[in-house]
Amino acid sequence: MTGMIAAASSGTADASYFARAERREAWSFALLALPGLVVIGLLLIVPVGWLFVLSFIGKDGGVSLENYARLAQPVYVITFVTTFQIAGIVTLGSILLGYPVAYLLSQLSPRAAAICMIFVILPFWTSVLVRTYAWLVLLQRRGLINSWLVSLGIINEPIPLVNNFIGTTIGMLHVLLPFMILPLYSSMKTIDGDYLKAASSCGASPMRAFWDVFFPLSRPGLFAGTVLVFILSLGFYLTPALLGGGRVSMWSMQIATNVSTYSNWGAASALGVLLLVVTIAILAALNKVFRVDKLYGGR
Amino acid sequence: MKVPVSIRGLSKKFGSFEALKDINLDIAPGEFVTLLGPSGSGKTTLLQVLAGFVTPTSGSILVAGEELLTRPPHQREIGLVFQNYALFPHMNVFENIAYPLKLRRLPRSEIETRVRGALDMVRLSQFIDRPVDKLSGGQKQRVALARAIVFEPRILLMDESLSALDKKLREQMQIELRHLHERLHTTTVFVTHDQREALTMSDRIAVINNGALIQFDTPRAIYDRPRTRFVADFVGETTFLPVELGTSGGASVFGTPLRLPDHAGAVAAAQSDSWLALRPEKLALSPAASPETNVNSFSAVARETIFQGDSLLVIAGFPDGQSIAVRLVPQEANRGLVPLPGQPIHINVHRNDSILVSGDV
Amino acid sequence: MLTAAASATQIRHYQRLWLYGLCALIFTFLIVPCVLIVPMSFSASNYLEFPPRAWSLRWYREFFDSAEWMDALWLSLRVAGLTTLIATPIGTAAAYGLSQMPERLTKPLRMSFLLPMIVPNILVAIGVFFVFARLGLNNTVTGLVLVGIMLALPFVLVTVSSGLQSFDGNLERAARSLGATRLQAFLTVTVPQIKSSIAAGALFAFVAAFDEVVIALYISSGENSTLPRRMFANIRDQVDPLVAAVSSVLVVASIVLLLIVQIAKRPEKGAAR
Repeated sequence: MTGMIAAASSGTADASYFARAERREAWSFALLALPGLVVIGLLLIVPVGWLFVLSFIGKDGGVSLENYARLAQPVYVITFVTTFQIAGIVTLGSILLGYPVAYLLSQLSPRAAAICMIFVILPFWTSVLVRTYAWLVLLQRRGLINSWLVSLGIINEPIPLVNNFIGTTIGMLHVLLPFMILPLYSSMKTIDGDYLKAASSCGASPMRAFWDVFFPLSRPGLFAGTVLVFILSLGFYLTPALLGGGRVSMWSMQIATNVSTYSNWGAASALGVLLLVVTIAILAALNKVFRVDKLYGGR
Repeated sequence: MKVPVSIRGLSKKFGSFEALKDINLDIAPGEFVTLLGPSGSGKTTLLQVLAGFVTPTSGSILVAGEELLTRPPHQREIGLVFQNYALFPHMNVFENIAYPLKLRRLPRSEIETRVRGALDMVRLSQFIDRPVDKLSGGQKQRVALARAIVFEPRILLMDESLSALDKKLREQMQIELRHLHERLHTTTVFVTHDQREALTMSDRIAVINNGALIQFDTPRAIYDRPRTRFVADFVGETTFLPVELGTSGGASVFGTPLRLPDHAGAVAAAQSDSWLALRPEKLALSPAASPETNVNSFSAVARETIFQGDSLLVIAGFPDGQSIAVRLVPQEANRGLVPLPGQPIHINVHRNDSILVSGDV
Repeated sequence: MLTAAASATQIRHYQRLWLYGLCALIFTFLIVPCVLIVPMSFSASNYLEFPPRAWSLRWYREFFDSAEWMDALWLSLRVAGLTTLIATPIGTAAAYGLSQMPERLTKPLRMSFLLPMIVPNILVAIGVFFVFARLGLNNTVTGLVLVGIMLALPFVLVTVSSGLQSFDGNLERAARSLGATRLQAFLTVTVPQIKSSIAAGALFAFVAAFDEVVIALYISSGENSTLPRRMFANIRDQVDPLVAAVSSVLVVASIVLLLIVQIAKRPEKGAAR
């Protein structure tokens, strides 16, 4: 009655055929990613690798660590300190400004959220150069901000808001804020409102429910935004170059100056390699808490 | 189209996990076979191997004597109906069903005729121009079916195809599918975890667990003569009582010698790990032990009675504490048989309904 | 119980007033710099002032009449267009390939596709400048397009990958069981389902290539300056309303693009369920 029939392995397909077929398929998919990898290899890995090599070549053309030894000089130390200061302030500022906005967006009706989202997306779409330029105009001595502050009687005469630390920080905060809001918003949107209702039915006050339930669940987005903003701040060039007025020396600007003013490729390379190492180290350290590949949408 | 399918020594390993273990299965031409098993049993993997989306580790599948596994999916001539229908959202009903025909470069007029024919068969002719997102679940199901049969595949595969429908519609579709199969006689492999669905629709059922084929038989045989405890448990409500094997070869339960059907005899009894499988609807109650010679009678104590509309479920307990369910038809004649909680009763089962199963899966 | 719940929500709404106010301020902070330059660009003055004392179109005229600025615009459009044409299929192919591979293999690959986003632009800029100098690719359209593709790939990959993620793989399997080859299934079933993601990826690619300035500072100069490159030089050297006019054109262009995206998103159909 049972349809069991003794195994009579025959036919053209054997185990090695299947293994081969499976491998062939896997490779054909890898092949699809190849052109992209080649582009990134040739235009990113090769140039950066070249700089890596250059960074170990001394003035006499031999292998040396002199480029790195020079990074201990006060001028560079000041740069590193400034860079981390600005990156820290910008990251903190973007958390303080970004969290309430993302929270509001996540609580609004889809329609209202879509409308408010324009305020985040439009700056995000607008060229960094244009936005930096706008801040230059707004913050200048006779600019809008200064004239308001004077007319409101907060200050007696215009204060320098641009070509300095303040201007750089404000400009970078504006450019990077959407990078905080967007991941925060997308992680907050997945938080089920019923959790909060459940918390309040358990007797939690709205404030308590927020800190006990909502905030912990929004942490993945907060990590994503924080990492993104901090890393982008570390290597930021455009805004400090235009709003710093040469008085704010950030890491990336030191690299540029070494190349364009002193033609010192060794020093520039060493600075660049160190910046990359620091960036990757921060990413790797935080990758344990937050997975960078989640940028792809939570795989 | 009627083709025989024979699966020989089919195995699939995902790393160290054995999803399929040496499956051997012979499907007759035009047969409706159901792969029945719990989720994760390997039934869907087997279906995916048949369809060509999973490459097996070893084995062979012969369709009409010809190796299937060396063909890519698009040359297998297999109609596949997915659990979630997988209708193309950017095409309407006509375009969905015409898709396989367009790929085969049939002339426009022929496509038109065939699509209409397939839609007639699933009784959806008036929906030919509908966008698929404007269809109900049952209608989507039918369109998916029409799309899978319109190119006259050699084999029809259905993966849990009815599980997304509500109970009433599902039962109606089961009958319809059955009728459609009687008309077309395409060799069909149907995958489900729903035992009732399997019993309703199939010519034969292949019960699969942990990647292995446990039993391959007609629905009646699977239900009435399950070979293992797993099969008995999976295809119906069952109470298992431990069987003690006597030195003389006789079997007993709770010290009462068992009267067994002739065919069961030695088969299961020879196993050291044997169980008596009892179905609630095959049991009867009596105040005293049944005097009949063809009946096994066990004493128990009634615990509670549950009214379920079309039946009355009496839960009773054996002296060792194990409980058993007895299903009574709530008709007037049975009224006197419904015991009060705590009342001693006897549970009777005809020897032909006394199934011995082995304890292994 | 009921009244207690109602008053709790009321308190929450009342408490939220400060949130609404705060967010309004932040939205102002975000949006004002993007729109304020538009009125400034209509100034008749040689200096940037707000509000302008007299209105005119002179800076727009200056921009559109200047051969140099028009050359820069045209170059940027060409570079961005070519980049989009090349980066979109390359990125889509990669996203599709990665979506079909087992996850343990794709993780390092996905990370390498993200590198252009992670590695600081200035580092890429001097590295590429160094390499291009040896290949004679500095100040060429080819060089700019190559850099554009590299920068655009992560955007295309991320958008198309997220499109593929919400795509029901069974649709493609269904097509293949019905007789379609892998390529046919991809083109007739997968692509129509993820076309809005591909379009979004293409748009991102265009914008990434068009707006690129840090690398262009090194590999494009003189006659071969891209629009952002020229704007950068202008901002640094003389702050006049000409850049405000150019910026306004770009802002309006981004608003138009944004609207197109919003409109294109709407008729998107979900997976068949």
